[in-house]
Amino acid sequence: MTAPALPDGLVAIVKRDCPTCRLVAPVLADLADGALPLTVYSQDDPTFPDDVKVVDDTDLEVSFALELETVPTLLLVGGGEIVARTEGWLRPEWEELTGRAPLGTDLPEYRPGCGSRTLDPDVAAARSDAAGAARLRARRIDLGEHEDDVEAAFERGWTDGLPVVPPTPERVARMLAGTTREPDDVVAVVPPDLVECSVEKVAINGVLAGCKPEYLPVVITAVEAACTDEFNIHGLLATTYFSSPVMIVNGPIAGAIGMNSGINVLGQGNRANATIGRALQLIVRNVGGGRPGGVDRATLGNPGKYTFCFAEDEAGSPWEPLHVERGLAPDASAVTLFAGDGVRGMVDQLSRTPESLARSLAGCLRAVPHPKMALGFDVIVVVSPEHGRVFREGGWSKARLRDELLALLQLDGVDVIRGAGGIAEGLPEGLAGATVPKFRDDALLLVHAGGGAGLFSAIIGGWINGPGGSQPVTREVSP
Amino acid sequence: MSTRVLLDPTGERKAPSRERAPRPASLDGRTVGLLDISKPRGDVFLDRLEEQLAGRDIQIRRFTKPTFSKPAPIDLRHEIGAKCDVVIEALAD
Repeated sequence: MTAPALPDGLVAIVKRDCPTCRLVAPVLADLADGALPLTVYSQDDPTFPDDVKVVDDTDLEVSFALELETVPTLLLVGGGEIVARTEGWLRPEWEELTGRAPLGTDLPEYRPGCGSRTLDPDVAAARSDAAGAARLRARRIDLGEHEDDVEAAFERGWTDGLPVVPPTPERVARMLAGTTREPDDVVAVVPPDLVECSVEKVAINGVLAGCKPEYLPVVITAVEAACTDEFNIHGLLATTYFSSPVMIVNGPIAGAIGMNSGINVLGQGNRANATIGRALQLIVRNVGGGRPGGVDRATLGNPGKYTFCFAEDEAGSPWEPLHVERGLAPDASAVTLFAGDGVRGMVDQLSRTPESLARSLAGCLRAVPHPKMALGFDVIVVVSPEHGRVFREGGWSKARLRDELLALLQLDGVDVIRGAGGIAEGLPEGLAGATVPKFRDDALLLVHAGGGAGLFSAIIGGWINGPGGSQPVTREVSP
Repeated sequence: MSTRVLLDPTGERKAPSRERAPRPASLDGRTVGLLDISKPRGDVFLDRLEEQLAGRDIQIRRFTKPTFSKPAPIDLRHEIGAKCDVVIEALAD
């Protein structure tokens, strides 16, 4: 910053809140009558000190320019340059600097000064926010004097039905501190309107969603992953089916930002889980323009369309984590997106061998999304710790469990063709004599998460799979 | 801190408003595109339409989207626009 030109003569910077400044106020009044002109800047109250003409520095422009640490600070300025400087009250120094003696004879010899307001953490943060806010490019919306900011967000159509945090420039500037990326970097082109989404727009929607700045890299990665041809967020949004992005976070960032991978992992109550998933949904809504009843044609939808994001419990898992299985390093942080429809409960409280538990799982998986459909849908199985223990103790790797499930889920065509069992729905009649695999070979995503008590697992069914629908996408999170 | 200024979270994009192409008064002498979006049984509907239009002074062209779950590729959209006067799209199931 360019330092403001200081007037020649004596310059003092004070604040009323400082006892030493109040102590030297009579001295300043004396100096004001002297030969050298005196300019006093006040950091907190332009009426202090009394009896002296004061320059208002409550915006701290001069104090910041001087990199002030202490008040009072007394300067001798000549030709615009600082010639001499003293801090606090030390009579001999004040006398030498001002050329006036004696000064403040009824004052103690020495009193240390107080911290300059520029060092107040709130002030420094607000100044940093203001500097950050000035760089932002999004359209600014001035609210009316009597307009409620939360209601304003509803009225403008920015919310998912729940209240949002009003995206003030200061909040957005703080959110952007969570990433090293520049605010105008383009993250992705967001369907359905195919709008370029900048880091700043991600941050604004992160604020709306209630994110903390340290969540921002995860949200940015999720937006990148969603807006790929493989994931196909456009089709996923537009479908009449239930599904919507399900986000699984792996690696060190999950713990670092306090994500939940334990009790109630798929439920409410954790800020990071809740707001990261919500931020992605709000970006599709606000930046991409995808709204229910507009391009979103879901017949029924599902509650995960507010937010559906959780972390894998890697430490307690019997298996390698999802991101490692999908090709990333164990110490990488990653987001995996899956087009999921919701949570189906799966109960087995009696199986103590992997063979038995795999059969239970297969029986429940057979119904995704209909017992007589096959190959069109992928699935996530969230294996809880108590179910995971059965596979660990039985020595089953993740690959083994997947292979066993696929083998158990070979359907006899005659049972699943159209009309079989008195049900019109089903596979084409031509498959009557065939054996049909329920799932594609890579259709089963196995994830370990949940609370330590409960012999349950969760099944999250997919949407149309493969290149013609949505494929799971895993992306590394970078700062 | 002022909460009186908010930053716009939207794409800040106004959809361009375009005039609809004029509707033809008759299909006589026109080229009609029949677009199958690859939904099950869409072909049944379009086959029936083609039967209905056959024998009239109408040229029929058939098109198929690779998958109903994604927008039609831009080349396909241009091809339909260039070759057809009218397009009928079958949403099905």
